[in-house]
Amino acid sequence: MKTLDGPNFWRSLEEYAETPEFSEMLGREFPRHASEWDGDEDGVSRRRFLELSGASLALAGLTACVKQPREGLVPYVKQPEDVVPGRPLFFATGFTLSGYATGILVESNTGRPTKVEGNPEHPASLGATDVFAQASILSIYDPDRSQTITKLGQIRTWPAFAEELQARVKTSRALFGDGFRVLTPTVTSPTLAAKLRELLGVLPKARWHQWEPAGRDAARAGARLAFGQPADVRYDFANADVVVSLDADPFTFGPGSLAYARAFARRRRDAATGGAAPPRYYAIESTPSASSTLADHRIPLKPSELHAAAAALLSAVSGAAVSGNAAPDARYPWVAACAKDLKAHAGRALVIPGEHAPAEVHALAHLLNEALSSFGVTVFATDPVESEPVDQLASLSALVADMKAGKVDTLLVLGGNPAFDAPSDLGFVEALQRVTFRARVGLYDDETSQYCQWHVNETHELEAWGDARAFDGTVTILQPLIEPLYGGKSALEVLAAAIGQPAAKGLDLVRAHWQKQHPDGFDAFFRKSLHDGFVAGSALPPKSLQAKGTVPAPPAVPRTGIPGDLEIVFRPDPGLFDGRFANNGWLQEVPKPLTKLTWDNAAHLSAGTAKGLGVKNEDFVRLKVGGATLDAPVWILPSQPDGVVTLHLGHGRTRAGRVGNGTGVNAYRLRAAAGLWTAAASAEKTAGRYEFATSQQHFNMEGRHLVRTATFEEYRRDPEFAHRVEEVPKISMYPGFKYDQHAWGLSVNLSSCTGCNACVVACQAENNIPTVGKDQVRRGREMHWIRIDRYYEGSPENPAAHNQPVMCMHCEQAPCELVCPVGATTHSEEGINEMTYNRCIGTRYCSNNCPYKVRRFNFLDYNKDKHLPVLTLLANPNVTVRQRGVMEKCNYCIQRVNRARMDAEKENRRVRDGEVLTACQQVCPTEALVFGDLNDKTSKVAKLKAEQLDYGMLVELNTRPRTTYLAKLTNPNKDL
Amino acid sequence: MSAEADRPPVIAPGYSPATVTDKISAVVLRKTPKWWFVGFAISFIALQLLLISMVKLLILGVGIWGINIPVGWGFAIVNFVWWIGIGHAGTLISAILLLLRQTWRTSINRFAEAMTLFAVAAAAQFVLFHTGRQWLAVYWLFPYPNTMGVWPQFRSPLMWDVFAVSTYATISAIFWFVGLFPDLATLRDRSKHWFGKVAYGMLAMGWRGSARHWHNYEVASLLLAGLATPLVVSVHSVVSFDFAVGILPGWHSTIFPPYFVAGAIYSGFAMVMTLSIPLRKVFGLEDFITMRHLQNMAKIMLATGLIVAYGYGIELFMAWYSGNGFETYMMKNRIFGPYGWIWFLLILCNILTPQLLWLRRVRSSVLGLFFISIIVNVGMWLERFVIIVTSLHRDFLPSSWDMFTPTRWDWAFFVGSLGLFFSLMFLFIRFLPVISIFEMRTIAKGDDPASADTKDMGAVP
Repeated sequence: MKTLDGPNFWRSLEEYAETPEFSEMLGREFPRHASEWDGDEDGVSRRRFLELSGASLALAGLTACVKQPREGLVPYVKQPEDVVPGRPLFFATGFTLSGYATGILVESNTGRPTKVEGNPEHPASLGATDVFAQASILSIYDPDRSQTITKLGQIRTWPAFAEELQARVKTSRALFGDGFRVLTPTVTSPTLAAKLRELLGVLPKARWHQWEPAGRDAARAGARLAFGQPADVRYDFANADVVVSLDADPFTFGPGSLAYARAFARRRRDAATGGAAPPRYYAIESTPSASSTLADHRIPLKPSELHAAAAALLSAVSGAAVSGNAAPDARYPWVAACAKDLKAHAGRALVIPGEHAPAEVHALAHLLNEALSSFGVTVFATDPVESEPVDQLASLSALVADMKAGKVDTLLVLGGNPAFDAPSDLGFVEALQRVTFRARVGLYDDETSQYCQWHVNETHELEAWGDARAFDGTVTILQPLIEPLYGGKSALEVLAAAIGQPAAKGLDLVRAHWQKQHPDGFDAFFRKSLHDGFVAGSALPPKSLQAKGTVPAPPAVPRTGIPGDLEIVFRPDPGLFDGRFANNGWLQEVPKPLTKLTWDNAAHLSAGTAKGLGVKNEDFVRLKVGGATLDAPVWILPSQPDGVVTLHLGHGRTRAGRVGNGTGVNAYRLRAAAGLWTAAASAEKTAGRYEFATSQQHFNMEGRHLVRTATFEEYRRDPEFAHRVEEVPKISMYPGFKYDQHAWGLSVNLSSCTGCNACVVACQAENNIPTVGKDQVRRGREMHWIRIDRYYEGSPENPAAHNQPVMCMHCEQAPCELVCPVGATTHSEEGINEMTYNRCIGTRYCSNNCPYKVRRFNFLDYNKDKHLPVLTLLANPNVTVRQRGVMEKCNYCIQRVNRARMDAEKENRRVRDGEVLTACQQVCPTEALVFGDLNDKTSKVAKLKAEQLDYGMLVELNTRPRTTYLAKLTNPNKDL
Repeated sequence: MSAEADRPPVIAPGYSPATVTDKISAVVLRKTPKWWFVGFAISFIALQLLLISMVKLLILGVGIWGINIPVGWGFAIVNFVWWIGIGHAGTLISAILLLLRQTWRTSINRFAEAMTLFAVAAAAQFVLFHTGRQWLAVYWLFPYPNTMGVWPQFRSPLMWDVFAVSTYATISAIFWFVGLFPDLATLRDRSKHWFGKVAYGMLAMGWRGSARHWHNYEVASLLLAGLATPLVVSVHSVVSFDFAVGILPGWHSTIFPPYFVAGAIYSGFAMVMTLSIPLRKVFGLEDFITMRHLQNMAKIMLATGLIVAYGYGIELFMAWYSGNGFETYMMKNRIFGPYGWIWFLLILCNILTPQLLWLRRVRSSVLGLFFISIIVNVGMWLERFVIIVTSLHRDFLPSSWDMFTPTRWDWAFFVGSLGLFFSLMFLFIRFLPVISIFEMRTIAKGDDPASADTKDMGAVP
């Protein structure tokens, strides 16, 4: 201080006084205690102060909440009977496809139908459904359904239509109905048939035509050839030791397929668990079917060879020379062994002709069954199930001819979509436009409606009264689950209007019909039939018919005359069927069996044929049948016979709706009356590339032991074969968790799975799983919680195909749980790996660490369409609809587990075995999936897991999966 | 010590503390050069791309990227690991080399540290934005007390990541800022413009250069260096746990932590080199960032590059030696699979090219070093791509195998993050001394920094 220059300034009196405190302060630079704002016992320290102020600032930001919108709630004034909010009701009704019914139970949540289940007591369902019935629930709510009656595009009322229709009937009456025609799809409905006959009674010269694009003309004609009268056959696989399919797809296609699949799978399972003899299944086919994944032998044949092969088989079985096939056919070396096998099991053998095989092959199959004494044991002939079995192609052709000739002035099209699916060379559309009065009753304002003046919006099956028969003739009365969402009339009501009852209600019409059949105790009968979902004892009794007659001459094999021509095979699409489900997103997106294609159809070629044409996957070929051409993208299909191209029908719609327009190519353009199921075609490569969206790109197991297979013989020799392939780590650093309540687990039987996809769609319906669209599937973002992996094994020309349903394995040591930073996926004390959607921030780490890749991520807002009010009705109220950015996956239908647990707790008991059925298990036609409590040693699943066939996938990673598989067993013929 | 004599000097001869101060502070205090505007404009446009992409992502979701199931992590995590890796050099230089008394570090540590900060800032964007619900991830990843009693899941390596990266960012920022005080004070005192005086004055936090200040500074910087040192090793080790803890073939490997740390230092020095070469040129700082620095960095790159190569070798060896079919397939797929070309490119960039650094001629070529450093940066990015995408796209079940194809938004985020980094970098070189002035003074004269040139430091009279 003293050395300072300049005037002697001072800053304070203390400085001037040169007190020691001030000197110290100057020297210290920082005020005393600055480094520690001293907190005494009662004070607040500097650190503490900062802590508190920081925390209060941080917490202040966390109080924000979402403001709920104002909504009015109106309670029931009178509670409807049986309605308990939060508990669904189930109503028995039926789902029809091509006229044939499957009994279903529909879940109704506060008046909204939300899920279809099979009716366990119905012979065509046995508790299962197919993929179409599962997806039908989405179609009810389809916002693209037609919602009004229109005339030339203008909205009209029902009375206006009824009046005009009645006027037409009145004028026709004067001509005894000449020129009045009705076109329907296949009809099995007794009430509808009765109404049609009533109309024909009023108008005797009117005619009723039928057209079903995936119809059964060949089966009808084949039965006539063999039995000399119309008949239907049904099969009993439970008694069949050897099954030969002649181009049939018995387990995944056709009205009886659910029952057939169940019986066959049960036979195989019994053989695996018990000591029973396993059944054997030969699949002789012109294009690989889903059923053939269960086959013990697959024999690819061109469709034109089918007849010769069947004839050779008959000749070898009956020992008699068959006309034109005196010598054993050297082209079919397998025939001898197959015939020997059939003969050895005569009386327990079964030959099934494919629905799309020519009539002559049907006749041959009947003769084979006759020769093998199968009738009455594995095959039963009955009267036809259809109300009016006619040759539908002839029926439609006659209609078109009459329309062209100007003989038709009134045409009522009840359902169907003939403008889209009639044979292309008939010229249906042109002929249609020559009809003066054209009215169409349809679910959609589609290709046919656009050529009709009147369009009447039809009710969905689950909105209307009706009835239908199942494959064995059992009648189901269809009851509505909901008041028609968009108004609308059923075909039945429209017919009633035509005969002068425009105000008749579906219920009254159905009741009136059945009252006539059961005048005594009708109310009880009707109630019981509705409750049970079928009319007891209405199955058609077996008739003793004899298949006789000579071997029919082979059908003319069409040729294009061009060397190297191909045979084209048309098949209904595994998702869209004949095109009717084109606007159903679930069915568009479900990966087709074997090909795993979504949102498209393709020209399926064998690798050899593709090479010959110089095309690769996603190239275009120009297919030519007669004068029609179609450019179709190529997808190579292993097991496809060389020289055969398969096209699935139903794609390429133009007026299906927002979902279904423009997916795939329209195969109907090539489908002429002369070649409904097969035709000669020429093919050449054309320019352009197409992009397919598949859910699985690699079909080779890369030597990994994912699907484990053996023959029954190998299995009997080495029952432990499924466990010889990997080392399972047995050590752990920690004691295992003790599951002392329930320990849920699932067993999947690979010997049973046909890959039919019913579980995939059932899961989608149960768990509010969105569809993502073709572009997203291409990017690898499909959302299905359960997928069916398909692997090929063996030669690329004719490999064995294996289906493996894969869903969350619920690993006891789950790799996903460990890595989630927010604990959004955790293990329940019952062993279920649960997702807490609300907590998920979407790092996708769990999916990366999941060796099974079963987790699904909402990359974008896939539930946008759920904002449509009508689609909100579809959602299962017990399952959260997931936000974008959230991970999701199978949780063993936790909502069903919880429901069962609550019920059990109320009744103070344990959950019973079989009380919880997961959606996939419930729908499975082959009972391949069994869910239950592993702690209950008597449960079905615990017993299955104790089997020697039981193995876990990737157990070498020490994940300890709760979902395990039963290895696939086949029963090949040693002579082949 | 003839070898020592052969080496180029750490600072060109003839500099006194005063001239060092003049030269470095002039970079900040003179008029903004034209090239700066051009460079900054380009970076700033790229930064806008990042912001646009973020808005798009927040509106639509991470589905705008090419990721899918099985490839749940794509460019975002590749970029994250790459940026975090780059950030490593700064801390290594400022902390470990400080503790090891490597005086040559003084001229590069300032901007290496800045680079670290900006790289961590770029990396942080990806941590947050790669999640599905960013608006929740932004705070749910932190352990905050809440009424529901829900805490993060501490077993998850992602959780460790959050702590490691946020700690790293905090320590780096403090270290860097504390180290700036004396120079900020210098700028405050030299600034002619009132705004400069005020701004630098506030940032200097009242630095007056007293002995007590210097004493506290020394203690603080040693403490921070001590804290930062383990972070150099821990951060990238923890980042590597994201993969090593996973059970995926190609991830599940004990070599990951050291191999990732070496890779991080490798890429970090490559980036320092990439930045320092043009920087010394445009600012005429060749006297301070001399060939000695470049050569030292080249040697570190060579050494860490060899460690990385060893890592690749061990991965190959273990794929064979383990006898594990999944591992073997992963390696085969890595080399010969659909992304095989990326692996070969990676070997070329990361292992073969840097071998040129054995040659003294290459080490003394500024242009050569510049190109090699860029190649290494590219290579390290490819390495992360190979580890993340190539391992994910074909794992255990062949049925779920798929390809990852980046979309334009993947690229937009990457370019945008470069924009963020370079925008910050340009702001830094314009407004702050790129070289630590006071530390340079110590080597210019070899005195205690506290006694050097007190006139400029606003000392208390």
